[in-house]
Amino acid sequence: MSERNLQAAVSAGVLSAEGEHRLLLQSIVEVARAIFSAKAASIFLHDEAADELVFEAVAGPGSENLIGTRFPSSTGIAGWVLVTRQPLVIEDLQNDPRWARQAAESTGYVPEAMMSVPLLHEERSLGVLNVLDRSPEVDFSLGQMELLGLFANQAAIALDLLQRARHARSVLSESGGDAGVIARIASTLEGLEQERREPVLRLLRALDETLRADVSF
Amino acid sequence: MAEQEPAPSLDEYLPAWSLPAAESAKIGIGVEWPERVTREWAFGGSTGEGTRVCILDSGVQADHPLVGPLQGAVALTKKDDGEIVIEEDTEGDLCGHGTACAGVVRALAPECSLYSVRVLGAGFKGSGRVLLEGLRWSISEGFDVINMSLSTTKRQFASVLHELADSAYFRRSVLVASAHNMPVESYPWRFSSVISVGSHEESDPLSFYANPSPPVEFFARGVNVELAWLGGSSVHCSGNSFATPHISGICSLILAKHPALTPFQLKNVLYLTSSNVGGSQ
Repeated sequence: MSERNLQAAVSAGVLSAEGEHRLLLQSIVEVARAIFSAKAASIFLHDEAADELVFEAVAGPGSENLIGTRFPSSTGIAGWVLVTRQPLVIEDLQNDPRWARQAAESTGYVPEAMMSVPLLHEERSLGVLNVLDRSPEVDFSLGQMELLGLFANQAAIALDLLQRARHARSVLSESGGDAGVIARIASTLEGLEQERREPVLRLLRALDETLRADVSF
Repeated sequence: MAEQEPAPSLDEYLPAWSLPAAESAKIGIGVEWPERVTREWAFGGSTGEGTRVCILDSGVQADHPLVGPLQGAVALTKKDDGEIVIEEDTEGDLCGHGTACAGVVRALAPECSLYSVRVLGAGFKGSGRVLLEGLRWSISEGFDVINMSLSTTKRQFASVLHELADSAYFRRSVLVASAHNMPVESYPWRFSSVISVGSHEESDPLSFYANPSPPVEFFARGVNVELAWLGGSSVHCSGNSFATPHISGICSLILAKHPALTPFQLKNVLYLTSSNVGGSQ
């Protein structure tokens, strides 16, 4: 097992559960929806292995059923935004009958307007944040685009954390017993009170020194 | 059609590595510079005729009333073994982005020759390599203007993209690239050999501003732009993706009237005729 995977396994023992990352993503779409007085907001994650976009968080219509729904990464407005890495705002989607049909068939909700922004973290394009049907009383401005960009940064960090947690857990489940022992120790240690933690840490340091000494011979 | 300066011969494109004393009196720049560069001088009466503009994007719907005709279209695709092949594009636009950009160029430069090089639309995976090869091919074809309403954040591609952008610059192909309005490192718009474009909120398609604080060099119309959409329809969109073809269209107008301009000179003309510099002249 590589050092990186071992680190991931140890991390899995101490990282918060996936549910907590989901809550963070859900909170981001709820706030985005509220700020733009929009009917809905959603976050897509790009599943690199399948090359598909997956609904990870939804606020508004369809929020119960859409999580986990997948689309090919090259289709729809979100696909444009993912591959071009450029934010996009569309005002009159109803003029495109193909789009309306696709949206209705896949989500049951046909938006008239959409703001879509890529979720970029370091050099990766992790997914897309969409805000659907913002309040018609507010004309679009570049200031709104910047605001959406700020939200996108937050969402990208949350998605990155979610992906790291998933990776750590998959390493753990694929590695069999070895990494599991280390992850359990890390997890238990994390939960111990200071008084009980200290002797365990001393034992681990001694084990670490012994192992390093063996390596040096 | 506006009075046009003669296009330079191919010999004039050959690189010169030094300037012997006897040659210094003969070195010509192929452009008659006026005392003051005005919009009238730069592109007054121009329709873009004679210029070749390439839309490096998701393909272009050639029969769209706001776009056609298209003088050529190729598609780059990655095969299962990883090889990237270039073929004539028989499918057109797979998602609509390229058609929207082409429509903006056509509206500004109605008689330019439009070409489509499809590098998007077949999935996200491998799109970086396809983009690089599409750009390499477009530069080798010698298009006057290459519109790139897209970027990559992959650092592994940055150095090759940089070399390609410089190569285009020296071969008199102008790369016009969408900037990011988000704090991310992306390419090729950050390179000084390309013309990078952000958005302003005005509705005049010929209004464009020089930015005194680059890396974004120019701002063009990018808010609530009427765009050609798939299926022959049109929609209103906002984004730097659509500000970029405005500058590409204006570059086509300028190059149609002054075909000898190098990218360096063209950028100067854009600067001097920007709305916040000499655009009212």
